[in-house]
Amino acid sequence: MAQENTQRGTSEIRYLNPVSVDVKKKKYCRFKKLGIKYVDYKDGEFLKKFLNEQGKILPRRLTGTSQKFQKKVAQAVKRARHLAILPFVTDCMK
Amino acid sequence: MNNYETVFIVTPVLSDAQVKEVADKFQGVITENGGQIVNLENWGLKKLAYPIQKKTTGFYFLMEFTGEGSIISTLETQYRRDERIIRFLTFKQDKYAVEYSAKRRAKLSNKSQEE
Repeated sequence: MAQENTQRGTSEIRYLNPVSVDVKKKKYCRFKKLGIKYVDYKDGEFLKKFLNEQGKILPRRLTGTSQKFQKKVAQAVKRARHLAILPFVTDCMK
Repeated sequence: MNNYETVFIVTPVLSDAQVKEVADKFQGVITENGGQIVNLENWGLKKLAYPIQKKTTGFYFLMEFTGEGSIISTLETQYRRDERIIRFLTFKQDKYAVEYSAKRRAKLSNKSQEE
């Protein structure tokens, strides 16, 4: 009886769309994994991976990079912006 | 003897000969002050990400050189004096940067040989 209730109980709740539980992807620091030691400020294409649509630097919690390399990336992006390789602000980066 | 790397942007208004002359001038500034040029790259006319002094394109030059620290102050005053340069950046290479640029040069040189 009780088992049936719980059976019916769960089925009563119907979601409009299937609840999407995004599988927790283990974030890793791409620099440590690939063994990259130096972030080049002249390489715009590579730096664009760390910028969002508006050209702002992505935070570590999204990219998963370690603090040491996040500082190098931030420094390289600011140098690239100084040399007009990367824009300070834009609306359609990619 | 430190390794340095400098990138500067020349205003697009000039003719090619004048642009070449600007590059030679700064090569001379470095060699006169006891520097030694390792690599000179001309990226040519490139679009700027945002307009600088109302101009949207510029000639990019990259120079890698070794030398004493005192070179940099004279080089930068030359940059500031010369109004054809609209933007410059000098950068001291640490050991990883030197390794990286050596690898990059090797890649560029063998790519140019293939063409």
